[in-house]
Amino acid sequence: MSAATATPALDVDARIPLRGHLRHTGALVRRNLLWIRQDPESMFDALLMPVVFTLLFVYVFGGSIGQALGGGQDGYVQYVIPGMIAMMSMTLSQGVGTGFSQDFNSGVMDRFRSLPIGRGSVLFAKISVELLRMLFATTVLMIVAVLVGFDIHHWAGLFAAVGLSAVFASSIMWVFLTLGVVLKNAQSVQAMGFLVLFPLQFGSSIFAPTASMPGWLQHFTDYNPLSTLADAARGLMVGGPVAHDLWITLAWSAAITAVAAPYAIHKFRTKN
Amino acid sequence: MTRIDKNPQSGDSAVSVRGLVKHYGETKALDGVDLDVREGTVRGVLGPNGAGKTTLVRILSTLLTADSGTATVAGYDVVRQPRQLRKVIGLTGQYASVDEKLPGWENLYMIGRLLDLPRKEARTRADELLERFSLTDAAKRPASTYSGGMRRRLDLAASMIGRPQVLFLDEPTTGLDPRTRNEVWDEVKRMVGDGVTVLLTTQYMEEAEQLASELTVVDHGKVIAEGAIEALKAKVGGRSLRVRPVDPAQLRPLAGWIDELGITGLATSTVDTDSGTVIVPILSDEQLTAVVGAVTARGVTLSSITTELPSLDEVFLSLTGHRASAPQDATPTLEEVAV
Repeated sequence: MSAATATPALDVDARIPLRGHLRHTGALVRRNLLWIRQDPESMFDALLMPVVFTLLFVYVFGGSIGQALGGGQDGYVQYVIPGMIAMMSMTLSQGVGTGFSQDFNSGVMDRFRSLPIGRGSVLFAKISVELLRMLFATTVLMIVAVLVGFDIHHWAGLFAAVGLSAVFASSIMWVFLTLGVVLKNAQSVQAMGFLVLFPLQFGSSIFAPTASMPGWLQHFTDYNPLSTLADAARGLMVGGPVAHDLWITLAWSAAITAVAAPYAIHKFRTKN
Repeated sequence: MTRIDKNPQSGDSAVSVRGLVKHYGETKALDGVDLDVREGTVRGVLGPNGAGKTTLVRILSTLLTADSGTATVAGYDVVRQPRQLRKVIGLTGQYASVDEKLPGWENLYMIGRLLDLPRKEARTRADELLERFSLTDAAKRPASTYSGGMRRRLDLAASMIGRPQVLFLDEPTTGLDPRTRNEVWDEVKRMVGDGVTVLLTTQYMEEAEQLASELTVVDHGKVIAEGAIEALKAKVGGRSLRVRPVDPAQLRPLAGWIDELGITGLATSTVDTDSGTVIVPILSDEQLTAVVGAVTARGVTLSSITTELPSLDEVFLSLTGHRASAPQDATPTLEEVAV
């Protein structure tokens, strides 16, 4: 647009104070929570996924992988539960993308974008609610885990592992938010998300140790943030080395956020 | 709060648009639009689908950036002062919508909070507006269970929460049945009574006539006519009289005889060979009678004679010589054009 008039490019009057951002984010968090109340079925995935996956992996693969690990099925429970925490942080993150895409297609996003609120509020609210869903799923997971024989050695380690997963999940959510803004509908977001998630989840140390994998795959799993997250969680929850995997996971989280968050906000702001 | 950065040139124009251009690839959605809406008036923007109406509203409500040109709303520049601008506008339309999963009350409360109303005020405002738009009984039901008319009323209520100075209504009654449409019109009229400036887009001449005092007619991204409704009506005819002679060969002579009467003011009659009628724009019953008299005097046998409010098509026919949304070079059915 031409800037023919002498008025300087001022929008100072309209700068949003931090309290304003919190108020807006709060109102939008409330909206997303009301969605859950209106539609409790939307929590089924967070409730059932940890149950189904834990039972499947422990009872289907647990015996044979556990034997190879040298601890039997019980040993496998100790191995796979921290991995499950990592996996769930990824799988549930997808929800932000599909939810966002629906908002765009329903027109409610136009309403938000025509209101004097920071663009970030809409995104932060979505992420906050999804993190709450994730905490709920993790709680369910830990209850099932204890029932199938997982020993919680120290609570501090457990909380640290959950916290680390949440940090990583919130970084990966920016990627899904970007997909939600860029792709046309929720189905494509889901399909795309699946393509990203599937290799990352199975090409990792989540379900089985990587030692028996071919060399090229081991290179992949070594740098796969889901592997490092799973290994770090394992170290924190059942003991073993932590520092290396912890740093790599945090570095991944920081890098993904640094790239994806500004990009998502930019795309959100300029979407027509 | 003093508005130190208000554009001093804005005068009393609530909306001011200069040379607005927006392309989508090859398509020119807006092709140099100028528009001024005076404070406290209702401006209708009339045009067919694809004329650029929604693009215009989206640019004015900061949802879209124009390729070139300038626009201010309530003195705020759409590009440089989007946040201040968003504080003083309301938007209801085909697109901007309410959250279907939330109850009506929650929708309004949420928007109140997003507009920085304190909790208590957001609550009372939500109650007030539900009451005013007759939605109190449905306050706790999800908006997805509302009827079409209730949805639009909730949309209107949502756009009124911030007591906007300028309200954009993008085809507010498209897709509604006539009874519901009248309901929405009544609500819009009440809102206008509160002194808010309204920019309304519509495909219906009747809607423009009901709500707007001034009209801008757009087609292919360009303004093709503009002015007070009465003046435009005089130009295109307040009503259309369709005269159908039994013998189609009499169409042209008939049009000539009617024009000789010189009663139809600015406009002349149009021959529509497609339907085999002469379309005569008329402003009064006296003119209607005069036309019938002229036809009788010439001894023409008629198969039918009807009057109707001009449709969008006829407005376009009179103003541009082509039908709404038809390509300009594809008008073989018209032998004569008006204006």
